[in-house]
Amino acid sequence: MTGNIKLRKKLILLITLAVAIILICFFAPKLCPFDPYAQDLAKAMQSPNWHNLLGTDRYGRDILSRIIVGSRASVFSAFLLVTVITIFGSFMGVVCGWQGGKTDAVIMRISDVFLAFPGLVFALAVIGVLGGGMSNAIIALGVISWPKYARLARSLTLSTKNAPYIAAARLSGSNNRQIIYRHILPNISGPLVVTGVLDIGTMMMELAGLSFLGLGAQPPLAEWGSMMSEGRSMLQTTPWVVLSPGLAIFLTVFVFNLLGDTVRDYLDPKERHKISISKGEQVICKRKKSWRG
Amino acid sequence: MVKYIVKRLLQLIPVILAITFLSFALLRLAGGDAVTYFYERRGTAVSQEVIDKGKALYGLDQPFLVQYGNWLKKMVSGDMGISYVSQKPVFSTFLEKLPATILLTASSIMLTLLIALPLGIYSALKQNSKWDYLIRTFTFLGNSLPNFFVAMVLLYFLAIKLALLPVISGGVTLKGLILPTLTLTISMGAKYTRQVRAIVLEEVQKDYVVGAKARGVRFPVIMIRSVLRSSLFALITLLALSIGSLLGGTAIVESIFMWDGVGKLVVDAIIMRDYPIIQAYVVWMSIIYAFVNLLTDIVYHLLDPRVGLEEVGNI
Repeated sequence: MTGNIKLRKKLILLITLAVAIILICFFAPKLCPFDPYAQDLAKAMQSPNWHNLLGTDRYGRDILSRIIVGSRASVFSAFLLVTVITIFGSFMGVVCGWQGGKTDAVIMRISDVFLAFPGLVFALAVIGVLGGGMSNAIIALGVISWPKYARLARSLTLSTKNAPYIAAARLSGSNNRQIIYRHILPNISGPLVVTGVLDIGTMMMELAGLSFLGLGAQPPLAEWGSMMSEGRSMLQTTPWVVLSPGLAIFLTVFVFNLLGDTVRDYLDPKERHKISISKGEQVICKRKKSWRG
Repeated sequence: MVKYIVKRLLQLIPVILAITFLSFALLRLAGGDAVTYFYERRGTAVSQEVIDKGKALYGLDQPFLVQYGNWLKKMVSGDMGISYVSQKPVFSTFLEKLPATILLTASSIMLTLLIALPLGIYSALKQNSKWDYLIRTFTFLGNSLPNFFVAMVLLYFLAIKLALLPVISGGVTLKGLILPTLTLTISMGAKYTRQVRAIVLEEVQKDYVVGAKARGVRFPVIMIRSVLRSSLFALITLLALSIGSLLGGTAIVESIFMWDGVGKLVVDAIIMRDYPIIQAYVVWMSIIYAFVNLLTDIVYHLLDPRVGLEEVGNI
């Protein structure tokens, strides 16, 4: 039990941190010491000092303020994106698993098509079609990520569908909707939430990566990836312009990844290695099962 | 065996059809057709008549599915149109840049395995030791590092501060290969070490290992003969999948280090709105990915004939 208490403390600490980060996104404009978009060439390219804690960029904009405001584009949009695809993907998966038949076949074939494209390749194609920009980058990442959740939710639904308690619920007169909301969803939400939380970090990195390439957020919008990209040519003279937003991404991703891991351990300590974080692990689990027949 | 391969190849056909169809439809959605685009690019205002004539010439006035069929026929013979920007054939441009990307992918995977295998196995065997905690901490940190940040840090310290390596690769050279490879290896190595550890840990705890120990088989023998062999399956799957994410993921690293591969090609194409290049990239990367998956399954089949015809089909 002591281990459990320790785990719970860790979980509470991480949830607090994550909530704090989200709150920073919400109140970002009020928390900035300076106007993140105000240019002041007299103060350009200052190294970190007591006035500008993280220094200024070549237009004299305060880096710390830009990082705080940038959390909206970098963290909050990744958070929203993951929330939306988790809900959408899970909904699709539960429908497939529950209904079976044609609906299942059609939706699963569609998700197969998306899974046939490797990694970011399809996202790059979607951005190629829609053009760069923050919202297009978010759409592109959403389009390639939902099938993972649909797959997971489907297999989880299939495995709970025939459980005795579902039959019992049905016998006691629950209709489909009641069974799904009261029995299926609460039972399958654990792995879905874990996958979602672990995905926040990944999505943040991918979103920032696209912005870094100039395919996501466009300057002058403060976003961590594009801030790094803007400062790239001055890496030699003003490294803080590049390294501080990078550090911000790293720390935030770290918090969310740790949170994901801790939630997983907390929900299901025995299944530590089995619940899939990535597509790779899912396949491993699936294959291993099939060998054992 | 031959029957199995043929069957898997046949299964590939609908996948490739879906990939090509979606890519074709997507890029068609992208904004008009090549003819209108061509005239717009030249900046000349032309009448609808000229555009219609041009469309008829290239078969763009035909129904969508017919156009797709024609495009597919051309694609199979290696004709994917002409780049809007460079005016060179798309397919040969793509083929020209592909070796650089494959080289980068291969070198990063090799280096990753060289690091991740020993670390992961060691960490699993000495579970909960000091070194295990250290390795786990580092891999966890590495997992949260975006590769463009790693690239910037490496650039700053190795190329600028210490001036050991060139800032941009300047062509496909060995010296230029080091930084992009290191960048990709750091984030991949962290992921792999964790996975290798998890795989080996699970394997070591199985009954047959205990049984072998009880029969007095020496531990290195158990490790090499049994544990590593069975861990191989999981590793191969991981490798195949990471080739997929590498194919897309190299785009960022290639652009940063100006490594002249297909990733950089497509990023430049997106910025210039060079649709034929984007299309070629999507189609061919996905086909390569599908073949890598097929190859994985065949290797599986070779290593363990029990992995039969039925279950591998539905990846």
